[in-house]
Amino acid sequence: MLYFDHCASTPPYDEVVQTLSEVMRMQYSNPSSIHQAGLAAEKLVTRSREVIAAALKVSPNEILFTSGATESNNIAIQGAALKKKSRGNHIITTGIEHSSVYECCRLMQRQGFDVTYLPVDASGCIRLEDLQAAITEQTILVSIMHVNNEMGSIQPIAEIGKLLSDYPRIIFHVDGVQGLGKLPVQLKEWGVDLYSISAHKVRGPKGVGLLYCREGVQLQSLYAGGEQERGLRPGTLNVPGIVAMAKAIRMTIERQPEAVEKMLQLRNQLIQVVDSIPELVLNSGRDTERAAPHIVHFSYPGMKPEVIIHMLEESDIMASTQSACSSKDLKPSRVLLAMGCNEARAAGGIRISLAAEQSEQDIATLEAALRIIVTKLKPLERG
Amino acid sequence: MKYDMLILRFGEVTLKGKNRTRFENTALSHVRRLVAAFPEVEVRKEYGRIYVELHGVDSDQVVPRLQNVFGINSICLVKRAESELEHIQAIALEFMHEVMERYGEDAIIPFKVSARRVWKGFPHGSQEMNHLIGTPVLRTFPALKVNVNQPVVDLRIEIRQDGTYIYHEVVQAVGGFPLGSNGKAMLLLSGGIDSPVAGWSALRRGLEIECVHFHSYPFTSERAQQKVLDLAKVLAGFAGKIKVHMVPFTEIQTRFTQVGHDNLIITLMRRSMLRIATKLAEQHRAMALVTGDSLGQVASQTLGSMNVIGKATDIPLLRPLVMMDKNEIIDISVKIGTYDLSILPFEDCCTLFVPKSPATNPNLRIVEQIEAHIEGLDALIDEAVKNTETIVLRDDIDEESSAEKETVTADFKGSNEPTTKLIEDSWF
Repeated sequence: MLYFDHCASTPPYDEVVQTLSEVMRMQYSNPSSIHQAGLAAEKLVTRSREVIAAALKVSPNEILFTSGATESNNIAIQGAALKKKSRGNHIITTGIEHSSVYECCRLMQRQGFDVTYLPVDASGCIRLEDLQAAITEQTILVSIMHVNNEMGSIQPIAEIGKLLSDYPRIIFHVDGVQGLGKLPVQLKEWGVDLYSISAHKVRGPKGVGLLYCREGVQLQSLYAGGEQERGLRPGTLNVPGIVAMAKAIRMTIERQPEAVEKMLQLRNQLIQVVDSIPELVLNSGRDTERAAPHIVHFSYPGMKPEVIIHMLEESDIMASTQSACSSKDLKPSRVLLAMGCNEARAAGGIRISLAAEQSEQDIATLEAALRIIVTKLKPLERG
Repeated sequence: MKYDMLILRFGEVTLKGKNRTRFENTALSHVRRLVAAFPEVEVRKEYGRIYVELHGVDSDQVVPRLQNVFGINSICLVKRAESELEHIQAIALEFMHEVMERYGEDAIIPFKVSARRVWKGFPHGSQEMNHLIGTPVLRTFPALKVNVNQPVVDLRIEIRQDGTYIYHEVVQAVGGFPLGSNGKAMLLLSGGIDSPVAGWSALRRGLEIECVHFHSYPFTSERAQQKVLDLAKVLAGFAGKIKVHMVPFTEIQTRFTQVGHDNLIITLMRRSMLRIATKLAEQHRAMALVTGDSLGQVASQTLGSMNVIGKATDIPLLRPLVMMDKNEIIDISVKIGTYDLSILPFEDCCTLFVPKSPATNPNLRIVEQIEAHIEGLDALIDEAVKNTETIVLRDDIDEESSAEKETVTADFKGSNEPTTKLIEDSWF
């Protein structure tokens, strides 16, 4: 199988699988229990927190373990909005957020908050002027993703952080799911208050993630339950998942420089392929400053992307339409529409997401498959 | 701003006579340890000062660490120029550009130049240099108004043969005496807010400390012991290395509950603790005990209790926090980073057997009588000393030593299967 869907999920490192199973087998006690075995489990969690904090260059008490990025985003956005409700009711986000942020903002809207959805330019990036113009006295929260999951466009997080440093009362949340491991993450330098991370996007296990919550930032708890994770995420801690995530994050960040170089090389190779097939239109950016190294997104205007996905599947190649979380609905992509693509192009998007472990040969195989598919589909095109 | 160098200035140490070099060298090695993480940084000592050459390392990364060096009073952030007039003038202007950026264009700022010609071979005298630097600076920045008495910006120019140091910003450091330059004491470390602060105060005053903790397993949890180790770890961050003596106190404590004087339990316990700590002090060549007592805070810290309890030891009993208010103590604990650990809810042995109404004014004679009637108390105390386990905690700055901590904690705690062994390094 050729797997080109690393934005949706990644194959875990062998070491991570081993850690997960060993911890699961050997340290099954509840880290909140007061006996020795519980204490040992708690120590594992503490150590994981330290390992992750060191990798992200933050303090261990700023790491909040969750069940994944969707939960992190909900805790961040709802928690911040509800906590700051008495101060204001305005939230700023973008039109291209992942559904776990987008829908969360819609929910807050139904609860009486005003939400501004910033537009993006043709390269899929927001403009700082738009953000500046959107800020009002009432603004309490800005939530902007690091790297867009469909298009790979990189949002100017450092500049946004700088702009927001003039508004110390506005909380700045970043959905970092597609950023970690692909771009440098400098939470302190950027002035980010909240940053969501998912383990399975960086070759860790599913069902575990974290929220970086800068010291001093207060959130309203959304759950009733125990005291775990300061009451913000009660529930027995997923010890094996957390330890395995610590390992995955550490390894990913350590390998990042070489990995990025390799992904860029593969990406450029694939962009040339797309450019050379006249039926295909490249949607993702070319500029490495504004486009992430692991995503190539293109459309076959007038062709349903599912058809292409299934034909690729026949060659044992896995790719994706839109993002996995919304690929079951057949509407045109909200993200592509926001970037100003017409409906035909927005409805026909194919996302190839790469990993550093792949080779030029893999891209060549994909190229061959694409050429055959286009030849077969050409007569079936619809205006 | 990008600085080239830091000047660390000593505090009270400079009052010392013959011991001065020893004190300064102690601080020097403390500085070296704290900057070991930055191999580019170069440290050297000159009379009364330590120079830290940054060689490109960001001062924001180094200064907060060095503010914790005991014995250092202040840190100057320095830009360097060659000791030639034109170059000094140019760097001074550049320096002032960056200073002014911080104050904004329109502010009116009282200003002076304090030049000092240390190298007499330099052709212009100190007074002359004040003018030679002041004139172009004032011409460039009209917002500056000369005020030699109360300047906000005091631009210092120190001309030496090897270069001229230009600085303005002086940050306060922690002060006190260099680490361990005043001998060694045993710190009675509970899990509370006060005793870690007392420990830090002792460290700052140049005392080397070893911690003594009394645990009453199974009446207290292992987490309470872990909490104490975590607190000691924070102190190790200041001291480089801290020993913690874990004293099994269960037997003595339960014995006191049997004597029928519940209101005196705390008094009796505290006296035994001081006895044990004194014996440990003898073993480890410490000359004093340090406690977190603060006058009147709890029953055992009234003047009457202090008197009766203090009589249990014949070496100096130092109470750095005795006259401080709780709020001040909390402020320090937040600053040194022990507060969040201290407020974790695990009981230590003191809070466990607290009677409903502990004596606030115990009678020494009665207390001594009760002690005399407890059969085998001395033996129990000796036993506790004998069974004390010692753990060495090191600051995390170099990873090698933190590994040592892991192995040491692994054999601590009398259980047959040490919990930490169940943690594999390969998992991370």
